[in-house]
Amino acid sequence: MFYREAGDFSASYEEDSQTFPIKFDRYRYYLVLFIAIAVIPFVINDYWVNSLFLPFLIYAIAAIGLNILVGYCGQVSLGTGGFMAVGAYACYKFMTAFPDVSMLVHVLLSGLVTAGVGVLFGLPSLRIKGFYLAVATLAAQFFLVWLFNRVPWFYNYSASGQISAPERTFFGIEITGPNTQAWATYLFCLMFVLFSAYVARNLTRGSVGRKWMAIRDMDIAAEIIGVNPLRAKLTAFAVSSFFIGISGALFFAVYLGAVEVGEAFGIQKSFLVLFMIIIGGLGSIFGSFAGAAFLVLLPVALKIVGVDWFGWPTDIVAHLQLVIVGGLIIIFLIAEPHGLAQLWRVAKEKLRLWPFPH
Amino acid sequence: MPEQLAFTIEVFLNGLMAGVLYALVALGFVLIYKASGIFNYAQGVMALFAALTLAGIIDGQVPFSHLINAILGTDIHHFGWHVPAFLAILLTMVVMIALAYAVQRLVFRHLVGQEPIILFMATIGLAYFLEGVGDLMWGSDIKSMDVGLPQGLNTWIDDTTFNAFGYGFFIDNLDIVASIIAALLVIGLVMFAQYTKQGRAMRAVADDHQAALSVGVSLNFIWILVWSLAGFVALVAGIMWGTKSGVQFSLSLIALKALPVLMLGGFTSIPGAIVGGLIIGVGEKLFEFLIGAPFLGGATENWFAYMLALIFLVFRPQGLFGEKIIERV
Amino acid sequence: MKLKMTTLALGAALAAGPAMAELVFPSLSYRTGPYAANGIPFADGYADYFTLLNERDGGIGGEPIRMIECETGYNTEKGVECYESTKGEGALVYQPLSTGITYQLIPKATADGIPVHSMGYGRTSAKDGSVFKNIFNYPTNYWDGASVAIKHLLDLNGGSLEGKKIALVYHNSAYGKEPIRTLEELGKKHGFELSLLPVDHPGQEQKSQWLQIRREKPDNVIMYGWGVMNQVAVQEAANIRYPMDQFIGIWWSGSENDVRPAGDKANGYKALTFHNVGDDFPVFDDIQKYVVDTGKAAGAGDQIGTALYNRGLYAAMLAAEAAKTAQGIHDTKALTPAQMRDGMEALEITEAKMADLGLPNFGPEFTVSCENHGGNGYGAVAQWDAAADSWSLITDYIQSDQDVLAPLITEDAQAFAAESGIEPSC
Repeated sequence: MFYREAGDFSASYEEDSQTFPIKFDRYRYYLVLFIAIAVIPFVINDYWVNSLFLPFLIYAIAAIGLNILVGYCGQVSLGTGGFMAVGAYACYKFMTAFPDVSMLVHVLLSGLVTAGVGVLFGLPSLRIKGFYLAVATLAAQFFLVWLFNRVPWFYNYSASGQISAPERTFFGIEITGPNTQAWATYLFCLMFVLFSAYVARNLTRGSVGRKWMAIRDMDIAAEIIGVNPLRAKLTAFAVSSFFIGISGALFFAVYLGAVEVGEAFGIQKSFLVLFMIIIGGLGSIFGSFAGAAFLVLLPVALKIVGVDWFGWPTDIVAHLQLVIVGGLIIIFLIAEPHGLAQLWRVAKEKLRLWPFPH
Repeated sequence: MPEQLAFTIEVFLNGLMAGVLYALVALGFVLIYKASGIFNYAQGVMALFAALTLAGIIDGQVPFSHLINAILGTDIHHFGWHVPAFLAILLTMVVMIALAYAVQRLVFRHLVGQEPIILFMATIGLAYFLEGVGDLMWGSDIKSMDVGLPQGLNTWIDDTTFNAFGYGFFIDNLDIVASIIAALLVIGLVMFAQYTKQGRAMRAVADDHQAALSVGVSLNFIWILVWSLAGFVALVAGIMWGTKSGVQFSLSLIALKALPVLMLGGFTSIPGAIVGGLIIGVGEKLFEFLIGAPFLGGATENWFAYMLALIFLVFRPQGLFGEKIIERV
Repeated sequence: MKLKMTTLALGAALAAGPAMAELVFPSLSYRTGPYAANGIPFADGYADYFTLLNERDGGIGGEPIRMIECETGYNTEKGVECYESTKGEGALVYQPLSTGITYQLIPKATADGIPVHSMGYGRTSAKDGSVFKNIFNYPTNYWDGASVAIKHLLDLNGGSLEGKKIALVYHNSAYGKEPIRTLEELGKKHGFELSLLPVDHPGQEQKSQWLQIRREKPDNVIMYGWGVMNQVAVQEAANIRYPMDQFIGIWWSGSENDVRPAGDKANGYKALTFHNVGDDFPVFDDIQKYVVDTGKAAGAGDQIGTALYNRGLYAAMLAAEAAKTAQGIHDTKALTPAQMRDGMEALEITEAKMADLGLPNFGPEFTVSCENHGGNGYGAVAQWDAAADSWSLITDYIQSDQDVLAPLITEDAQAFAAESGIEPSC
């Protein structure tokens, strides 16, 4: 009943190969974009932005990045925290060294720096596979955190070792530092999310993405048919680290404003982003968003329900958060092992026929 | 004996001891991975849960006391009795077996045949769940673990080496006990796997689930058995580490120490876990002593362990003792 | 703790509540997570003192107190969420009990006009009130602590540390690195050799560091640890038979949780403190009567009198006294955060005041001013008696070496001002 597909046909190759070929899907996408760009900035306040939207958007970018590496190319990586740290520290050095350059340039440059570092730490993937590679990327994680802690140049020789984002503006509006407006930071991050999702979707739909998926499915066979594994794996690491670096830069500069590398970019961060993409669905851009939403919004929602509505003691609510998140993960996996994205796909397929059963 | 050499030998011996403690944690991972192909992220949390349960039983704590007090408005915390260590360990084992049964029945039976990464994610959900339940049951404050294990400088070794070499080596009593227990555990596990019917069944399941089913091995039973064994190993690891540092949240982070050991030794080999542990322990302590502390400012152990394992992996991608990875196109 | 499971109205949660004449003190606590063991007693002490004021005095100046507790788990992101959700409720002062969260809040709270009290932690140079208008860290800070420890050692060594070896075992984070510069300067001044031994988070494995100490045999070990690192350090020190009375920890390494696991072997361990220890003060009788006996004690009620409980109590007392001062200055009962800040800047703690409150000799005397938000750098040394299972002060309040510290603080504050574009003014 929702999907009126009669009469909806493509008259050109472009129309046929677009991301949302069905009109209903396309309009739904435009509606979501409209709400995100034109409605939400007017209704949010500081709390919603700083506690819900910014972490969701930033983790969504990181999840897209990691999904490219793990979901599309099949290289399990646990170095996400370390790469986010690279993005954050690169952004800090750029911001303090070139205060007059636009934040947009700084964030993109941080992404490029992280891409370079990612390629370097991706070299072992040419030899090591599967869970062994995951544990090898942990070497990157721990080494990078140690490096940023140890070498004072990275934090500009400050006595404490913490880095703080100085105030910067974007087209005259403040987006870093303490005096930002909720809608400004939201829109700045949303811009990067849209950019990342657009680039990622089109990369994965194209030949580059198909090469990655070939490597993921059966890398020896892929090599036989002419996919260069070195190029494919290293480009996966590069693109993935680019996105993760952007997310790290935004995490530091826009969301938190001051970070300490051990606490903010530790191993917990790496695991968190990995959980997001597995729960959300490997190999799916929508899945990255779904997983990020699940793991960012659910704990906050539980806390609001438990502490603010029911008035329970805070530590019981915190423990219950863990129990409920863990339980839900297990239930979701039993119900749909391929993640929330698969649930969504199945739902859409059913919706196309609804109210008819088949 | 020149001082620097004596120091190096002391660091080497302590590295071996530390390696044994890492291997103890790694054993749990290996057991489960071998039998069911699941990388059990929850192993560290299982060690924490086991240690919490043991400490709670010994102290006579009321489980879920905080929750009960909050709901009913009562103020009960302890039963008032004090359970002797040996009995408490047996009771904790019963709890761990019940946990293994529950995990198998409720979680993994429904996920048979899924990809490894999905099973990994299920263990992550299990880790969160178990951590929350453990905190709700026993509280998140720190508990001391006291099962009568000795701790402190071993004076006999100190005196003997001082008389022999002019410098008394420091070997901790607890480390010696841990090494003996780990050795016994490994010997026990290897003998179990080689010589008992259930052990052979376990190896059959590790090789090929379908074939094992076809000769009549009950997969469910074997998996419950394996998870119980992993729970036992987790309990032993929890006791050792808990005695060193008290029972609280950080105990679950010892799993991170075991990961380089697994990389090095291979995910599927019990002797590999021990040998890998020893290599990692010695490697990281020697590196810290010779290069890390004097030249790099210290605190290098964490990442060097991984670097060391990474270097080994580059030459032998399945780990030292792991099953050779055969890919068919 | 009795608690009613009530369901509050939906709207009351997030929207700024109607202007009820109440003094709101948020408590950013961590009762879960890796540092729960240390966060629980502090949060209990903080909550109990406010409950006492409400029950016994009807609040501060007749204005009831509302304490909102928010669980951060020592996690910076949750700390930000807690800050955002409570700032609209009229929060008067934030005490995050975490250096990481404090650094987060320094710019945000300053922009929002809410004061932050990072008592004995956080950014040390916040002592310079001309740069850090909204941040207070009285009565003392990390650099003072390092200096007080050195002064104590000077006392024990007849005034000279020439040629001595002192090792610093520190948590490898911003917090642990705080005293390094100070100790290096003091090392140059007094002639002792400093060796640095970082311990990686969480600090469960310290074998290498303590083997090194056993080899090098420093005359004293100073520790800046937190959480499980503390008790492992004390245990390892006991294992290598390091003389406990030569081992001094900072105030965050001086709680019962850190020494009890090592049992008798921890006897003689010293730790710095900036408040008194034990429960032998008149205020505890009041707490027993008005808080414990009425069933309103926070948490499980078993932390009363412990070192960190007293610290939470002290923090709450200072906040309450600042609120009273603010009420006096602005001649009003209901307070805004800006007025609270003025109250904190005009705070004066004297022995007479503390005795009046039932806390004689509970802390050093100090006055806060626009230039000095950090007190006068007084700290004392406490020692653990394993047999008696208690801490006791073994020195009076010693002042830190202001000659060495004042220029370092000014330098750091000016650097921050330059980086953030703040004009120092007083």
